[in-house]
Amino acid sequence: MSTEATQKEPLFSAKNKKLIFNPLSKENPITVQVLGICSALAVTAKLEPAVVMSISVMAVLALANVVVSMLRNTIPPRIRIIVQLVVIAALVILVDQVLKAFAYDVSKQLSVFVGLIITNCILMGRLEAFAMGNKPWPSFLDGIGNALGYAWILIVVAFFRELFGSGTVYGFPVMEWLGFYNFGYKNNGMMILPPMALITVGIIIWIQRSRNKDLIEEN
Amino acid sequence: MQELVNIFVKSIFIDNMVFAYFLGMCSYLAVSKTVKTSVGLGIAVVFVLGITVPVDFLLNKYLLSAGALSWLGDDFANVDLSFLSFIMFIAVIASMVQLVEMVIEKFSPALYTSLGIFLPLIAVNCAILGGSLFMQEREYETIAEATSFGLGSGVGWFLAIVGIAAIREKIRYSNVPAPLRGLGITFIITGLMGIAFMSFMGIKL
Repeated sequence: MSTEATQKEPLFSAKNKKLIFNPLSKENPITVQVLGICSALAVTAKLEPAVVMSISVMAVLALANVVVSMLRNTIPPRIRIIVQLVVIAALVILVDQVLKAFAYDVSKQLSVFVGLIITNCILMGRLEAFAMGNKPWPSFLDGIGNALGYAWILIVVAFFRELFGSGTVYGFPVMEWLGFYNFGYKNNGMMILPPMALITVGIIIWIQRSRNKDLIEEN
Repeated sequence: MQELVNIFVKSIFIDNMVFAYFLGMCSYLAVSKTVKTSVGLGIAVVFVLGITVPVDFLLNKYLLSAGALSWLGDDFANVDLSFLSFIMFIAVIASMVQLVEMVIEKFSPALYTSLGIFLPLIAVNCAILGGSLFMQEREYETIAEATSFGLGSGVGWFLAIVGIAAIREKIRYSNVPAPLRGLGITFIITGLMGIAFMSFMGIKL
């Protein structure tokens, strides 16, 4: 046991740090891997649901990665998708029940999108690409890292949509507090509507890719 | 009848899966490079939604929702299994997709080859699970309403993916700023299409 412990690599080796930090920028699940767009766009009209959604996805993704990674040698490859779906669905049911018990208002706002975490491509994508071939601890870090990469996009989009759309940040009336309305400033109701989420993400992609030329696609 | 047509039209244009709820975005973005493949995927989605939504409706009505088990006797009248709905719906969808695949393979090999890999992938398309969850949330009353909602959502998704594929085929000849190429411009076009679809809002038959 003790010899095994000395041979182990440290918990936060350079390789493991990469697992957390790469998904934040150049392997971002939303803007580069194109995973999990559906839910990302639908819950970003306000900051609060976006934050709750990010935390839920983080919990499900990290735990599902660990569970599947522990089971990876016993899952027959033919039925792996069903096994993965069952693991994910069980975790999502847990998250849904917890939200209904402790944050009922937010869970009403999120409506079907909590359930849709099941078919969130980030989950299947990461389980297939990472957890099926790696040990539990790196899989856990990979899950946390990808969920963080997903979360920061969600939170940035939600911040701008709430700020310009309703003039508030996390429910706090910033625009009124700064006195902008006295100069004739009006909230842009367009920002609340669904299409602006797409355009905001498009602009984030634009900024990210003009800073990091490696990511530019051929038409 | 009028009610059914109303639900159908509403779920195509006003509550469009892609533009109003962003469902099925992943395959929408990944498969919309050419019109031909997107037509194939679109038809498969209409097909699967048209089958899974009514089946899930029956499950929800006679098995899962609060008091649904009362047909078993008074002892079961208070059972509420609705917390199981996610896992039941996804199981129904996965098995239905498998079934549809086998039926198509048997009776129409030509359609089967043209759909190819898309059929199995539909099981994890959020538009399908979303259809069932919206059906549950909006509490449709008869199976006919649920079916027309399922078909309407499918047709809406079909229109959206064929539309974006046609635009993406043309945009190849335009001079898009380099960082926006590919994913970025597709997002912005989808946003603009969404704004266009919003003009249908408030239509009622």
